[in-house]
Amino acid sequence: MTRITVKVDGVSYEDDVEPRLLLVHYLRERVGKTGTPIGCDTSNCGACTVHLDGVSVKSCSVLAVQADGSEITTIEGLANGEWHPLQQAFHSEHALQCGYCTPGMIMAAADLLRENPDPSDDEIREGLEGNLCRCTGYENIVRAVRRAAGTGVTSA
Amino acid sequence: MTAETQAQPTQAQAGTELGRARLRKEDARLVTGQTTWTDNLILPGMLHVAYVRSPFAHARITRVDVSGALQSPGVIAAFSGTDFSGEQGSLPCAWPVTPDIVIPAHPPMATDEVRYVGEAVACVVARDRYAAADALEAIDVDYEPLPPVLDIRTALDESSPKVHEAGNKSFEWVFGNGDIDAAFRDAPVVLERNYRQQRLIPSAMEPRAVVCSCVGGEFTLWSATQIPHVLRVMLALVTGIPEQNIRVIAPDVGGGFGSKLQVCAEEVLALLIARKLGRPVKWTESRSEGNLTVHHGRDQWQRIRIAADRDGRLRGLSVDLLADMGAYLMLVTPGVPLLGAFMFNSIYKMDALSFRCTGVFTTKMPTDAYRGAGRPEATFGIERIMDDLAFELGIEPLELRERNWIKHEEFPYTTIAGLTYDSGNYEAATARAKELFGYDELRVEQEQRRDSHDPVQLGIGISTYTEMCGLAPSRVLGSLAYGAGGWEHASIRMLPTGKVEVVTGASAHGQGHETAWSQIVADKLGVPFEDIRVLHGDTQVSPKGMDTYGSRSLTVGGVAVHGACEKVIAKAKVIASAMLEAPPEEIEFSAGKFSVRGNDAVARTIQEIALATFAAHDLPDGVEPNIDSDATFDPDSFSYPHGTHLCATEVDTETGAVKIRSYVAVDDVGKVVNPLIVDGQVHGGLAQGIAQALFEEAIYDDEGNLTTTTMADYLLPSAADLPHFTTGRTETPATTNPLGVKGVGEAGTIASTPAVVNAILDALRPYGIRDVVMPCTPERIWRALKTAQDSGPGTQVTGDSATEAHGAVGHVSGEDAAEAHGSDAAPTNGGQALGGAE
Repeated sequence: MTRITVKVDGVSYEDDVEPRLLLVHYLRERVGKTGTPIGCDTSNCGACTVHLDGVSVKSCSVLAVQADGSEITTIEGLANGEWHPLQQAFHSEHALQCGYCTPGMIMAAADLLRENPDPSDDEIREGLEGNLCRCTGYENIVRAVRRAAGTGVTSA
Repeated sequence: MTAETQAQPTQAQAGTELGRARLRKEDARLVTGQTTWTDNLILPGMLHVAYVRSPFAHARITRVDVSGALQSPGVIAAFSGTDFSGEQGSLPCAWPVTPDIVIPAHPPMATDEVRYVGEAVACVVARDRYAAADALEAIDVDYEPLPPVLDIRTALDESSPKVHEAGNKSFEWVFGNGDIDAAFRDAPVVLERNYRQQRLIPSAMEPRAVVCSCVGGEFTLWSATQIPHVLRVMLALVTGIPEQNIRVIAPDVGGGFGSKLQVCAEEVLALLIARKLGRPVKWTESRSEGNLTVHHGRDQWQRIRIAADRDGRLRGLSVDLLADMGAYLMLVTPGVPLLGAFMFNSIYKMDALSFRCTGVFTTKMPTDAYRGAGRPEATFGIERIMDDLAFELGIEPLELRERNWIKHEEFPYTTIAGLTYDSGNYEAATARAKELFGYDELRVEQEQRRDSHDPVQLGIGISTYTEMCGLAPSRVLGSLAYGAGGWEHASIRMLPTGKVEVVTGASAHGQGHETAWSQIVADKLGVPFEDIRVLHGDTQVSPKGMDTYGSRSLTVGGVAVHGACEKVIAKAKVIASAMLEAPPEEIEFSAGKFSVRGNDAVARTIQEIALATFAAHDLPDGVEPNIDSDATFDPDSFSYPHGTHLCATEVDTETGAVKIRSYVAVDDVGKVVNPLIVDGQVHGGLAQGIAQALFEEAIYDDEGNLTTTTMADYLLPSAADLPHFTTGRTETPATTNPLGVKGVGEAGTIASTPAVVNAILDALRPYGIRDVVMPCTPERIWRALKTAQDSGPGTQVTGDSATEAHGAVGHVSGEDAAEAHGSDAAPTNGGQALGGAE
């Protein structure tokens, strides 16, 4: 077991973890952050995307011990009193159906807008290609990210 | 139209809710991460199950020793198939399509033989998922390998190894109408084609997950399922556990697309393990496990013959399918290809239709419903061969379609397949699609590129489709030997505070029922949208239902909600009559208020009636203090949405790369309850249909190993792989339900695959290429071009040869296919135009 200290959505945790424990399992099963789902086991789908020290990562591809000393933001910590502009935009543009990819998609989109506050449609599509959605055909996801960009959101 | 005349007089706020682009109620929990997915559930004392799965496509199990696993830390139990003998039953097939169909026993955990890679042979139950996974290695299984059966075109040969003792043929189902021999006899033009429907993996984003608790003989099973109600019945039938002791809950479910329309081995085993151990258990699959063991979709070889006159008028269509069942028949496996039987004729008039489907066993994962289920295959077949026929006859492909389709004034129209299409307007949808697409301009550009030998050629693909959905009419389903009815149930509960609970038997997994049903109720009862709550997906809360698949939720379940509202109004009217001191026949209901005809100054709202009913102080004699109502709707007919999809592709003839330049989908789904949701369904459907055309294929190697077990190998499209979609609508109300609605869940998938492939071939026809097998990868297109170039001008290259050159495992040339494909009339002339009378 290895002791790690992490801050998740603004709260500090100290835990003993197996070195092999995936960050996503730590978040879901130890911290109770089930808002971050698991869609694959090969880092292809992006459903488990969170921010590690402000940068998006696929939490199925990070070990919990690698997050030691880091600050993690999940979809559950994104809203600040009211919904984050991306959460609002996904709702307003009907950019989700089953919603399983949505947490990861929103976290990836937030990182995309941090790097490129005013992306073109093609840049949005390229920027989100690591996050798969099976329901929407991406049409409304692209619109939602564009809409959120229009509100001037640049960081989570 | 019936819909309008029925709906107008009593609707409370007609026009204010139906058709409104309401944002979804479901979203609040989904965008914030507050959702309850099955895998989120943690119960006190819960254990985790992990499975040992067969590494062989076909083998005899000679020994299973689980004792080693019991030594592993945190392991509570380990079981092999024989541990469940006598209680695990056989996974059900609810659609025995012919009286002599072969339905092999399908134990949830294999006991003596495995027939596909991934079949469960043992399991570990441990304190956590890591401990369970660790212990799997300590289970010893000895196998005696048997020869795999991997190709349905040779599986029926005498010399083929057998998947089951009874042989590799499950059934042969035939259907037809009209004199097919007469239609083909002396026909001026006959074309024969062999098309391949590759095997697909549905790939809902949420992997399957099951949690089961057993307390005092009462079971609660949470599952990522589309069908909690059907599952409950089937679990009772399979295990013998009394139905009243099983409660099934489908919490939020992360997509299904047919893949969660199943009774899974792991669901049955969860019940049995929870019963054995007296503790709750959870199993959540990994994606790789899911790709192996969630049922697959499609997988057909289609031989299609079409007979026409020189002016393009269709005379007859003959369809012969080989359908891969995989190793076993699951819930509706054999019925899926037959849903196409009535759709090959599509929107076209013809004199005769014949259809034959042979269901064949292989040592692969069973196939079953995947978005469209039988109808995408049929639409692909007919729309592909219509393009080939147009080319053969030198008729513009849209013109050929128009010469044959049912004219809007001919509805209702009974097709050659015997279905009566209630309404439609193919002319209007096509005109709108052409306009949005810029059809004529693109044809001009196409000519220019051809003339200038532009290395990037432009292709225009057409798909004019209809489909039968809203599964549904119980009598018709019964006549097709389907094991259940097709009705749907709804309840309306009027709460004392004036709020409304709607209970629906449809079980949403992303469709937006909570929003759409609220709109229907708000419109009908005149209560605010926000005051309505929709309950679903729990057999204890919603005890009756047939669940969600086949684009049925709105056309059956939504109409049931509408019917329950009407009953609420009728009951409330009796009480309003007493309160307003006027006879019931003089009471009118409008915009949520009851009033006496001619005097709407004095009114009672339906919320006031609800409160008065709750108090029940002053109800008339003999009036039950209850205005809650149930309705069960069983339509007389399927639903027939239709539309015209146009796709423009740029095909780089030097690299084989395909770029979709524009895609226009004009769909007519009748009356629209929520245009946002309808467009969303179309977008997602398009993505899946386009993915079949360009990207996706489940590939088994020579030994029967699935090689596409990850999303790196099985290519789900990302945002960067798909184009912008232009959607449009025409609105021809259904006349078979009071809302005038038609299904939309599968339309995009059904229509889009042939539109894309037709577009690619339209670009490649000048090169003598008339087929590329799906998925139309750059390599396959490049090889087809290369073959065409090497063969010289004037020859026709089929995708079959492209595939052969491609050398992909599991593909053989379609011409070989045809030879192996049944006994009658092997294609002559390489599948090219036969006949040819002047």
